[in-house]
Amino acid sequence: MSRPAPARPAYAPPDTPGPPRSARDPLPSTTPSSTPPPRATSRPEGKTPTGVYSRYARRYARLVTMPTNASAAAHALTDVASSDSTLRRFLHGLPGVDAVGLEGRAASLGTRSIKTTAKAYAIDLAISMVDLTTLEGADTPGKVRALGAKAVAPDPTDPATPSAAAVCVYPDMVATAKAAVAGSAVKVASVATAFPAGRAPLSVKLADVREAVARGADEIDMVIDRGAFLAGHYMKVYDEITAVREASGAARLKVIFETGELSTYDNIRRASWLGMLAGADFIKTSTGKVAVNATPANTLLMLEAVRDFRAQTGVQVGVKPAGGIRTSKDAVKFLVLVNETAGGDWLDNHWFRFGASSLLNDLLMQRQKLATGRYSGPDYVTVD
Amino acid sequence: MASVFEYAPAPESRSVVDIAPSYGLFVDGEFTEAADGKVFKTVSPSSEEVLSEVARAGEADVDRAVRAARKAFEKWSALPGPERAKYLFRIARIIQERSRELAVLETLDNGKPIRETRDADLPLVAAHFFYYAGWADKLDHAGFGAGPRPLGVAGQVIPWNFPLLMLAWKIAPALATGNTVVLKPAETTPLSALFFADICRRAGLPRGVVNILPGYGDAGAALIAHPDVDKVAFTGSTAVGKEIARTVAGTRKKVTLELGGKGANIVFDDAPIDQAVEGIVNGIFFNQGQVCCAGSRLLVQESIEEELLNSLKRRLSTLRLGDPLDKNTDIGAINSEEQLSRITTLVAQGEAEGAERWSPACDLPESGYWFAPTLFTNVTQAHRIARDEVFGPVLSVLTFRTPDEAVAKANNTPYGLSAGIWTEKGSRILAVANRLRAGVVWSNTFNKFDPASPFGGYKESGFGREGGRHGLEAYLDV
Amino acid sequence: MSDKSEQRRLSVFKTYKLYVGGKFPRSESGRVYEVTDSKGNWLANAPLSSRKDARDAVVAARKAFGGWSGATAYNRGQILYRVAEMLEGRREQYVREVADAEGLSRLKAGAQVDAAIDRWVWYAGWTDKIAQVVGGANPVAGPYFNLSSPEPTGVVAVLAPRESSFLGLVSVLAPVIATGNTAVVVAAEQAPLPALSLGEVLATSDLPGGVVNVLSGRTAEIAAPLAAHQDVNAIDLAGADEVLARELEIAAADNLKRVLRPQPVDDWTAAPGTDRMTAFLETKTVWHPTGSLGASGSSY
Repeated sequence: MSRPAPARPAYAPPDTPGPPRSARDPLPSTTPSSTPPPRATSRPEGKTPTGVYSRYARRYARLVTMPTNASAAAHALTDVASSDSTLRRFLHGLPGVDAVGLEGRAASLGTRSIKTTAKAYAIDLAISMVDLTTLEGADTPGKVRALGAKAVAPDPTDPATPSAAAVCVYPDMVATAKAAVAGSAVKVASVATAFPAGRAPLSVKLADVREAVARGADEIDMVIDRGAFLAGHYMKVYDEITAVREASGAARLKVIFETGELSTYDNIRRASWLGMLAGADFIKTSTGKVAVNATPANTLLMLEAVRDFRAQTGVQVGVKPAGGIRTSKDAVKFLVLVNETAGGDWLDNHWFRFGASSLLNDLLMQRQKLATGRYSGPDYVTVD
Repeated sequence: MASVFEYAPAPESRSVVDIAPSYGLFVDGEFTEAADGKVFKTVSPSSEEVLSEVARAGEADVDRAVRAARKAFEKWSALPGPERAKYLFRIARIIQERSRELAVLETLDNGKPIRETRDADLPLVAAHFFYYAGWADKLDHAGFGAGPRPLGVAGQVIPWNFPLLMLAWKIAPALATGNTVVLKPAETTPLSALFFADICRRAGLPRGVVNILPGYGDAGAALIAHPDVDKVAFTGSTAVGKEIARTVAGTRKKVTLELGGKGANIVFDDAPIDQAVEGIVNGIFFNQGQVCCAGSRLLVQESIEEELLNSLKRRLSTLRLGDPLDKNTDIGAINSEEQLSRITTLVAQGEAEGAERWSPACDLPESGYWFAPTLFTNVTQAHRIARDEVFGPVLSVLTFRTPDEAVAKANNTPYGLSAGIWTEKGSRILAVANRLRAGVVWSNTFNKFDPASPFGGYKESGFGREGGRHGLEAYLDV
Repeated sequence: MSDKSEQRRLSVFKTYKLYVGGKFPRSESGRVYEVTDSKGNWLANAPLSSRKDARDAVVAARKAFGGWSGATAYNRGQILYRVAEMLEGRREQYVREVADAEGLSRLKAGAQVDAAIDRWVWYAGWTDKIAQVVGGANPVAGPYFNLSSPEPTGVVAVLAPRESSFLGLVSVLAPVIATGNTAVVVAAEQAPLPALSLGEVLATSDLPGGVVNVLSGRTAEIAAPLAAHQDVNAIDLAGADEVLARELEIAAADNLKRVLRPQPVDDWTAAPGTDRMTAFLETKTVWHPTGSLGASGSSY
């Protein structure tokens, strides 16, 4: 199901002025070379671009210059993160979110009725999007191997069943997981950066990431520093993400916001943009370790963010709701959200994932039901 | 919308509703033929299929129904409040029990999507009866002085856009206050009112308290002009509303009119954009725009016009038009050929006046009455599409520069029913809401209704309020 | 000799004028009509208002509406109370005018004037209370704050009662302006002088010009253009007979004016209720989402 990862559109292209920031020096350098001139990409005077001169450009006209093509956009939006104050102004200038309206829209999309062929498509798609996850202190190589086998062939009775997208484990289990899925298209994702709290020195977080990558992780699921975010230290969060981005090398980076701790929808929208600006390949709702994890509303909001980000920069970013999605019915509702918000381009496991464990079995039982016409039971799917 | 994720058809089962081949008038507790034996056909606007043949009330039938209501009034008004309340509670419960059946029926007869009848119309209908049931024994405490009296016989004429909901808005407060009613549903949507008549019988409502007269404008006019009618309640067009106001001039009849509108939906540059887009869509495409309080004029701050329109167009492209019984349908059929031709004419006029027309790619079914969701840009206050009520899925987009200009444009209409405000700035909401001449102002939301919330217009949108404590006044001698 | 010393001083007649937009114009038509007392004795000439005077009065009333309806209720209450104070000081003048106009004894006319003054006090107190009585929060079934509040209808044409030239006039006028409407008053045709004099009190009571406009003349002639006027929002038919009331109500339907039909009033001194205020109030209902404090709905 997964297609080869396209070369990630360079968000901060190599020719970005200034040296890459050192991980040990996360604060923006004050050397002139690292701060591009504010109007580096300005258009010829008096000439109106034909493209969308977006809302963000208007709001930040004095801060950033908004060009109309993707590659130039990278330069311009880099300016947004040139200081704590520009970043704050940008994030706080994003359109507000009306909670009741957002939840109402999510609920309304939840009433879509997905039947027959559409349901079969959706269930297979959902299976292919599962990041089959085990993140327990009690994880053992045996547990991880079983999970890997299940991800590769979720339903032993039906080889036509698609594989899951990835297995998601702690860094020390990456090698085991890698071996378990060897020869398949299933990826290995590793949480890192002192998951789930993220309360460790940056050097420890980066070491965590490097270890995971060294052991073969294809994807890194990092957590942001929610404390810094809530304290308004956006630049610190940004710098951490860019540092992790760099440490991840070729691995795709998923940035977890822990939306339940960010608490407000405005914060979730700001975190989404912050993560995307800093180079996330995926933005992810939650760790699964707090009371409130993925919800239709916070996922809808993040889908709006990736949609708008691509419209503005040309860069596509994936979304991963995680935690709390247990039934096929819920999964299909999330796919409807994707379909009607971000659109068909995201209906692929390269761009949308479910962070889940028990969901997979429910999807498999529904899949069997569709195939046979009778309801399946837990004894007919595997326990892992 | 071309997508890799195409939803398969998900039709609601039609078998939950059993429509008889013919229906009579409901007078004095019995279904009867019209005195002159006339009938008319009611069709499903999405397929033009004839659903049933319905007796057509004439003047003689109006007279008979008013007599029945007058006769019933004496006992009904003398009934202790708690007893009247219990009848209304019974009706509310039966409506809840039969809500799926009624939703399908309404969708068939009206053409609106099942999603709306199921999730909006029917829950609101039941809630309205529940709400007013509770008032029936508390009228002494409603703020109109002690012992307010009912007026007598209420003649009520309702439109086709929310057939059962408008019936509930009319009948629930009338009965709660001790009046008896003669109600004429619209000629294109008589069926749910006739099913309601059956519900009245099941609830054991005394004969003559509710009388239903399917028919055309002539029956409505006769009802309003009938000398033994004490109270006139009408929802419909402003033109007919004015005619009614003339008819009742110099009589004792108390009147409430809920008429047309040309609601402004004002979007400021600091609006919660994604929710505003939803609100705009809900404001003008809910019920195919056949809503008196529709937000048919979008007033957008010029600085965000382009981005808002882009978002709006993208969103419109996801609207699903088609079989109203399909649970995934967002846009159903236009109620009648006549209404479709009115919309078509006004839209042609808009184009002729130089406004720019846009619709998403959208296949219209072969049979039935359909109109694609339509946007007009480059509209000014001078265009007819910015002034006339289209009563269809047609949005006129205008721009403004300052809050003052927004208010001036919003109020620049003879109507005054609804308005919307979208901004994250609380003080601006309050300041703008204060200056809008409209009976309902939705801020950061649109098209929300509740039985506890008074609804009604300023200026030529009519007078009187329906809903809430305010709604009692129309049916009391106060 | 004694004849000469006892020669009475020649009094100064008053020229009665209209009160429009805070000014005292003569009728645009330049015409007047004779006003007599109940015995037919000439009292004064009153301006015979034309359609154009009605038009000018509506323009003045519309112009004043924004400011008056936008004033705080407290401020409107202060001004209405000021009207009562001013009237009290000129009580004797009104007693005389009412006695002449209605053929009442000084005592009875005095009671009428006292009741009229008290009526201004009653409505002065209502300005900042009516909203709480007829408005309020509505408990809707959803995450919305929902508030209904009364607002003035706009420009109200008031046909003053024929039978009570001053108390009746005040009883229909005060409730209209207490809530923030502005008014075009057509004085009782046969007894317009107390109404015209009221304009002089209003002009010195801090009431903004145009809030109340007083016209005198043939009621039917002035009322017809007012009832048909597209920029008049409501009409109080208190001073119209049955035939005229019906004609005016039909004309008023053209822009769906709120119409208060004539209601028999036996005793203008009886305590008024709130009806005359609510007749010219609109209810505006404002919705706003409330929602939860946090995105999860369970944060608190």
